[in-house]
Amino acid sequence: MTNDPTRPLLAVRDLGVSFTRKGAPDVRAVDGVSFDVSPGQTVGLVGESGSGKSVTSLAVMGLLPRRNVRVDGRVIFDDDDLLTLPRERMRDIRGRDMAMVFQDPMTSLNPVVPIGVQVTEVIERHQQLSGDAADKAAAELLDRVGIPDPTRRLREYPHQLSGGMRQRALIAMALACRPRLLIADEPTTALDVTIQAQILELLKELVHDSGAALIMITHDLGVVAGLCDTVHVMYSGRVVEGAQRRELFARPRHPYTGGLLASVPRLDAARGTPLHPIPGSPTDVLAWPSGCAFAPRCHHRVDACTDGPPPLENIGGRSLRCVNPLPTTEEVPA
Amino acid sequence: MTAQPSAAGADPVPTGRDQREIDPDDVLLSVRGLQVHFPIRRGILVERQVGAVKAVDGVDLAVPRGSTVGLVGESGCGKTTFGRAVLRLVEPTGGTVTFDGTDLRELDAEQMRRQRRQMQMVFQDPMASLDPRQSVESVLTEPLRAHDIGGDHRARVRELLDVVGLPASAASRYPHEFSGGQRQRVGIARAIALEPQLIVADEPVSALDVSIQAQVVNLLEQLQDRLGLTYLVIAHDLAVVRHIADVVAVMYLGGLVEQAPSDELYATPLHPYTRALMSAVPIPDPDVEESRERILLTGDLPSPAAPPSGCRFHTRCPFRQETRCDDERPALREIRPGHTVACHWAEDIEAGRIAPRESAVVEPDVSTA
Amino acid sequence: MSLSQVEAATESDQVEQPVGNLRQAAWRRLRRDPVAITGFVLIAMFIVVAVLAPLIAPYDPRDTPGAGTITPTNIPGPSAEHWFGLDEQGRDELSRVIYGARQSLLVGVVAMLLGMAGGMVLGVLAGAFGRWVDSVVMRIVDIMLSIPGLLMAIAIAAVLGRSLTSVMIAIAAVNVPIFARLLRGQMMSQRESDYVLAARSLGVRRRSIVLSHVLPNSMSPVIVQATLTLATAIIEAAALSFLGLGGADPAVPEWGRMLASTQRYLASAPHLALFPGLAIMVAALGFTLIGERLREALDPKYRR
Repeated sequence: MTNDPTRPLLAVRDLGVSFTRKGAPDVRAVDGVSFDVSPGQTVGLVGESGSGKSVTSLAVMGLLPRRNVRVDGRVIFDDDDLLTLPRERMRDIRGRDMAMVFQDPMTSLNPVVPIGVQVTEVIERHQQLSGDAADKAAAELLDRVGIPDPTRRLREYPHQLSGGMRQRALIAMALACRPRLLIADEPTTALDVTIQAQILELLKELVHDSGAALIMITHDLGVVAGLCDTVHVMYSGRVVEGAQRRELFARPRHPYTGGLLASVPRLDAARGTPLHPIPGSPTDVLAWPSGCAFAPRCHHRVDACTDGPPPLENIGGRSLRCVNPLPTTEEVPA
Repeated sequence: MTAQPSAAGADPVPTGRDQREIDPDDVLLSVRGLQVHFPIRRGILVERQVGAVKAVDGVDLAVPRGSTVGLVGESGCGKTTFGRAVLRLVEPTGGTVTFDGTDLRELDAEQMRRQRRQMQMVFQDPMASLDPRQSVESVLTEPLRAHDIGGDHRARVRELLDVVGLPASAASRYPHEFSGGQRQRVGIARAIALEPQLIVADEPVSALDVSIQAQVVNLLEQLQDRLGLTYLVIAHDLAVVRHIADVVAVMYLGGLVEQAPSDELYATPLHPYTRALMSAVPIPDPDVEESRERILLTGDLPSPAAPPSGCRFHTRCPFRQETRCDDERPALREIRPGHTVACHWAEDIEAGRIAPRESAVVEPDVSTA
Repeated sequence: MSLSQVEAATESDQVEQPVGNLRQAAWRRLRRDPVAITGFVLIAMFIVVAVLAPLIAPYDPRDTPGAGTITPTNIPGPSAEHWFGLDEQGRDELSRVIYGARQSLLVGVVAMLLGMAGGMVLGVLAGAFGRWVDSVVMRIVDIMLSIPGLLMAIAIAAVLGRSLTSVMIAIAAVNVPIFARLLRGQMMSQRESDYVLAARSLGVRRRSIVLSHVLPNSMSPVIVQATLTLATAIIEAAALSFLGLGGADPAVPEWGRMLASTQRYLASAPHLALFPGLAIMVAALGFTLIGERLREALDPKYRR
């Protein structure tokens, strides 16, 4: 891949999101999240529910509600700090330069408006096309994302399309303005595996053809393994480990990353291969201020883990938030 | 093989199991030609049946005592309906279900109710399958009360909680006070409360967080070893099923397309659908992901109300041939010992005499360094 | 949609889960809700006034302390002696409004209870047995619903003769189909739920499933409806007695009848319409506020 690593397209620095509620202490859903996305690069954000991965993406897109939410840190896109931009500018950027695809294609589409109207609306707004030209562009777009018979499909309503087709339509809408950054939040989680494979292949192809960067948000390590250049693993609102994909999968240093890899059953593992679950559950924890939030579930825990919040350190191109990482010699063979 | 992290303070290290003795001829559950058709009715005043959704359409399956049979398929293939029909939670419209020598469809309502003691179910969504206003104690004693089982119910509740790895204090709590994984443990405790022989587990882990799934999979395995349970595990996740099941059956649009021992199925999938399904499952390993060939299916699942003629998979099959596929429904036939497949061309495909359409194959990604 | 994701994210970050069951949690929420508290206060006032009427009322509602001073064109309004003024027969309006609360509360509560009981019987029959029982019961309910409520109440009250009992029965009859349909719908959807399937798969007897799972989980909207019905029952009772279908003894104060008898004096003595009207409004408002907030508190969708 031909990236220019010297100047990232998107630089997230020390991003934090707090949800404030009257009469209750603030909930720090995201804290100290930093990562770069170079032009054309595909970056994975991996985490379980409550890890803050979706909130991070919404913060980057400026889609968090203003009420009861506090966002801090910096999100630099093209020399602009998106967090300080006025709403109007942000809305311009979001449609034109950045777009998002959500998990549930049904709720992301308006159920009472034909697909065609929804797609052409995006085109009209961002490409200054209208009427027949916009219709034609919409049909081309659907065709490009692999929807057969696009002119007929444009007249149909969302419920007449299958889940996979709806997700394709959403991807088409996201790509309508040729964004330079696409954020996909669990785009295949609601879909069957065979359909997931189609959508992932489509995303890979589209990103490759258009040169757009992609942030892939998922809970599935398998999805990022085949797709992403860099992967950041999140736990309880923080990035705990981030590295080049091959590095991360071959030599996980954070016990959480290692634990996840050892706990998922693999299709290619011989039957009888034991699974090593991570004990406890991810919702027990919100305790970063007093130490590593993963410590209660960690088999590699030492006393220092609960002395205070571990910093995010950068070791040889890998970011790691752990005071007692797994040794480098411990390899996960393929 | 995955690396084993030095397990200090973690769960007891599970070791490879599979030392169980299973006699394939000692069949606990035998299903023959099972059909579940849901009528489609139309009409304003007088409803007429205008068709049927053939959710399950002629499925044979044998589950040997003490074994785990996995049933895999994507949404809409009828696997959930199959699991419920086996337990007569949905009334089958045809075929037989024989459990331990008893033809379940011959039983009247009260006989069936008593029969349920022997066959239990674990559900996908542990929150939805627990009554929100029932305490765990009440959840676990309800089956005992329903079958008039005496004895010390409190002691039994403590024992059940202990077996599934929950503290005794959980008994007085309500479902919403637990995490997803703990709730599923409660659901499993309820399923084993009556010491059943068979447990039908419908997507037992798919609603759980990734790091929790392995806990529940391991628990199910431990319980099988300890209590001699027989499992029918229904899931969409091929990796989970391959891990847990001795024999895997693959379902597509109401019918089985292939059935084989777990390792055999993985090593040599014979049905084109199984191949596509297998190649679509992502594997958390960049090297594997980059080196494998992917077969992409086109189109969507046809409607089970109007299934395609001939082989039901022919509309999406990358190996489809001009003859037979469109008009002749293939029967399951045994191609190797214990390995059956419903495809006219299975031998030719395996031998490489028939190649998939080129557009359906995604070659390994060679561009990455 | 992005909002719901944010909520989902905060939800899962929430460590403190409310202890106890749904009803207790709903109660806790209501206690902190200013609107619900307003409703509680209004209802408490209404009940206290109704129960303690003989102690609170400054005059006997049948006495006519102002009999001598009253003429059709001169009905004194509020004064230090008679806070709400006098009515057209020279009786103390305040005392009559206070005693009227008794009738309203009695009619409201009894009519609501009767209506709920009748509706629940039909609803449980339809919801528990389904099939043809459901069809028959629901057709009856449809027919009842197709008759305008007030018309049916008038018809029933007319058939049964003028008495408070017939007012109660009439209002109850109007509410029976509403409760029946609500409960039946709830039970039908609960019957489809996973935990009912789970109970069936355990071999729990059908009666036990209905009584210990389906019915209790279907009751929340019924309770809400009961609260709102109290409000409408009070208004309907007033309407019936306004139309001359109230209790037999005209001396017993009823808000609706008080309104009716003031029609002729509206120009000269507007206070006679104002005070009973306000009383009806405040009582109905109290129950409505509670009902609406209860609906939100019991519905997981509204949780925050």
